[in-house]
Amino acid sequence: MADALTTTTAHTDLEVAAATNLRHHFATPQQQFDSAMLGMWTFLITEVLFFGGMFTSYVVYRSIYPEAFASTSQYMNVALGGTNTAVLICSSLSMAMAVRSAQLSKYRAVVISLILTMIFGTTFLVIKYFEYHDKWVEGLVPGLKFDVAHYHAPQWAHQAQILFFLYFAMTGMHALHMIVGLGLLTYLLVMAVRRRFNSAYYTPVEMIGLYWHFVDIVWIFLFPLLYLIGDRG
Amino acid sequence: MATLAQIHGTPEAGEEVNYLNVEHGWKSWLFTTDHKRIAVLYIISITLMFFVGGAMAVLFRIHLLSPEGLFPPEIYNRLFSMHGIVMVFFFLVPSIPATLANFLIPIMIGAKDLAFPRINLLSWYIYIVGALFTLYAVIRGGVDTGWTFYAPYSSTYSNSYVLAAAFGIFIAGFSSILTGLNFIVTVHKMRAPGMTWSRLPLFVWSNYATGLIQVLGTPVIAITLLLLAFERIARVGIFDPNIGGDPILFQHLFWFYSHPAVYIMILPGMGVISEIVSCFSHKRVFGYNFVAFSSMAIAVLSFVVWGHHMFVTGESMYASITFSVLSMMVAVPSAIKVFNWTATMYKGSVSFDTPMLYAFGFIGLFTIGGLTGLYLATLATDIATHGTYFVVAHFHYVMVGGMVMAFMGGLHFWWPKITGRMYSEPWSKFSALLVFAGFNLTFFPQFILGYLGMPRRYATYPPEFQVLNVLSTAGASILGLGYVIPMIYFFHSLKYGPKAGPNPWEAKGLEWTTQSPPTTFNFDVTPVVMEEAYNYGPVEEIVG
Amino acid sequence: MTSTHVPTVRILVTIWAVLVVLTWTTVTVSHIELGPWNVVVALVIAVIKASCVGWIFMGVRFTSPLTKLFVVAGLVWLTIMILITTSDYATRRWDYHAQPWANTKDNGPATAP
Repeated sequence: MADALTTTTAHTDLEVAAATNLRHHFATPQQQFDSAMLGMWTFLITEVLFFGGMFTSYVVYRSIYPEAFASTSQYMNVALGGTNTAVLICSSLSMAMAVRSAQLSKYRAVVISLILTMIFGTTFLVIKYFEYHDKWVEGLVPGLKFDVAHYHAPQWAHQAQILFFLYFAMTGMHALHMIVGLGLLTYLLVMAVRRRFNSAYYTPVEMIGLYWHFVDIVWIFLFPLLYLIGDRG
Repeated sequence: MATLAQIHGTPEAGEEVNYLNVEHGWKSWLFTTDHKRIAVLYIISITLMFFVGGAMAVLFRIHLLSPEGLFPPEIYNRLFSMHGIVMVFFFLVPSIPATLANFLIPIMIGAKDLAFPRINLLSWYIYIVGALFTLYAVIRGGVDTGWTFYAPYSSTYSNSYVLAAAFGIFIAGFSSILTGLNFIVTVHKMRAPGMTWSRLPLFVWSNYATGLIQVLGTPVIAITLLLLAFERIARVGIFDPNIGGDPILFQHLFWFYSHPAVYIMILPGMGVISEIVSCFSHKRVFGYNFVAFSSMAIAVLSFVVWGHHMFVTGESMYASITFSVLSMMVAVPSAIKVFNWTATMYKGSVSFDTPMLYAFGFIGLFTIGGLTGLYLATLATDIATHGTYFVVAHFHYVMVGGMVMAFMGGLHFWWPKITGRMYSEPWSKFSALLVFAGFNLTFFPQFILGYLGMPRRYATYPPEFQVLNVLSTAGASILGLGYVIPMIYFFHSLKYGPKAGPNPWEAKGLEWTTQSPPTTFNFDVTPVVMEEAYNYGPVEEIVG
Repeated sequence: MTSTHVPTVRILVTIWAVLVVLTWTTVTVSHIELGPWNVVVALVIAVIKASCVGWIFMGVRFTSPLTKLFVVAGLVWLTIMILITTSDYATRRWDYHAQPWANTKDNGPATAP
């Protein structure tokens, strides 16, 4: 399609529309692209406030139960959390590379970057699974399996459940967003293999890229808040 | 929806093609991406939900005829809870944005459609799924927590269908978010050449402000209800006082959305009133900029006042004082609107068509509802009136006296545009008067009841309150009649109403320059806007 | 879409390197006892990292003023929610730590009938 655009000098409006997937109610591809981007940013704002409800709860309970919060930190595996942070940062880089390659119509590079991003994303989820598994074995899952009697700081066993609940709610919701992101990346990958993205039309890559980076940013805050700033001595 | 298409039939020779007769069959409706058809789908769905919620109201108004009540208290609890849930989340929140604004915003700004037509259709399907969850909860026996779902009752103790209703609201919230998102992007990116921000109809301004609230507030109710649902499923969670959780945190998160949500419910109504008042006074809206920016001011202020719902909880006294002061500030932009509508009518050539009757009703009732809101924002008086019928009367004056009046007014104003037909003038005026009279008879006694100390949400009451309760129930039956009559003459008009023509009210605005009903793409040629909004003839010269 | 900015590989990799170094830093600093400053350092580093991702990877730097306004509005609203809610807890008259019942119950939460 891109070749057609550059080689044919007298292409019609319809051909431009086809090459850029222009929908009927937009006047120009630029207007369509700008609308999609603004819509995506607006959606990300809703995501900020969606996670914001949990961050607010976190701040409240951390401030009123600092000792209970500190008692949870020894169960947080900083090595795994740190590794996951690095993994996500790498996935963000490869995602940014995917967008860049699409902008430059480098078809193979888009596919490779997307596959790398998916590998990093899956790695993150696998590591997350092992962390959850450890919590389950240690009896730290509120509601389902929380060993109040054997909690190392019995005076904070109850309030610690709130903080573990928040841990699972926040990381769980983040992991859910990762899974959705992997689904979206699969869609992108199929389209990229079919060479649908080029310098004239790469809106989906850019949009899903924004989503992926946003999920990365959420983790960038979750990591220090949940793993690092407790009672680590 | 099939009815509409069947009545209009295939375009006959000489009849113009419009969005209603261009395609036929249920598929052409269920898979449409035309914002006008989606608006019609929404009108049908929210009307159904309105009558579901109304049926609950009928039942508990009958219950309240006698002091000991008709139903057992647990049934009464479920009736008023489901009434609130259905009316707030499935009628009031989507009422004007998803119907009238969905239909009108693209036409008013000279666009072919909203920015994301498929997302618009998706939002309707999401709404339907949410509504089905809620109706399932209704059929299974309802929810008894009140529409506010306060923890820990909802999270731990209630044995009603909290999960189904909460998921219904959670799902419907995304419908609301998508509508708001669509409006924001559309207003930013889809305006016709010459349609500057200072030329936007005030209806568009108010729906833009509503969109901001929907986008910024709704995600918070989503996560709050999700945390509540987890807590109910896992039997432990962050709002559980048994392990040191704070139920007031639930109220904070709930009202962070639900207070702005009352402005989702009233702001679009204010936009409708601006259009109607200007049209039927044949005069430019007085102080256009002030009315436009007061919408934005209300949207912003709405997010910093939520604590006034929590004055009598364990909220900090200092927080209460701050919230009280901030709440009173909302009166300023609201009053600007009311004064500017009256100033618009001043020395205008006012005509008393049905939409204008509803607008008059709105202005009076909203003023009462708004001013009693100041009583409740005042800490000392709220101690006495909190949780009484005074609160019930206050928010019904705003929600029903305000939003439903505006919705009815808007529907009567744009019905010729939506269907191409005029409805019965005498019947519509009669029912407008019925609604006004019935409304006041229903809810004014509740102010007195609340003042006398009758608590809300109680199934029984002392015998001395019976007279006022009977009056209220009598008013409710008149009000109900006022809502049923329009159903009849609207349906009648679809087939027998005279053709309306493009501009039956001689109104200004792009929506009146295109044919009625409009074609699928609204305009044959993208319009170029050359004049200010509400550029009504010479009357405004006198005022200057 | 000629107006869109294409970032160079160099800047993308630089940002990636900065993010990795900052991650290492924040983990290392968390092992040093700084009292309340541990929280401050961790959050400052997180904000810097998030800004790097937003500014370059997400391309906020190259977007229109409108998009920048939207991003700022989202963050302001998040701040409103957190600040106003916590201001209630900060100014309440009772102390949550002094509730004996919260620590004496040895069984979990009450269950619904």
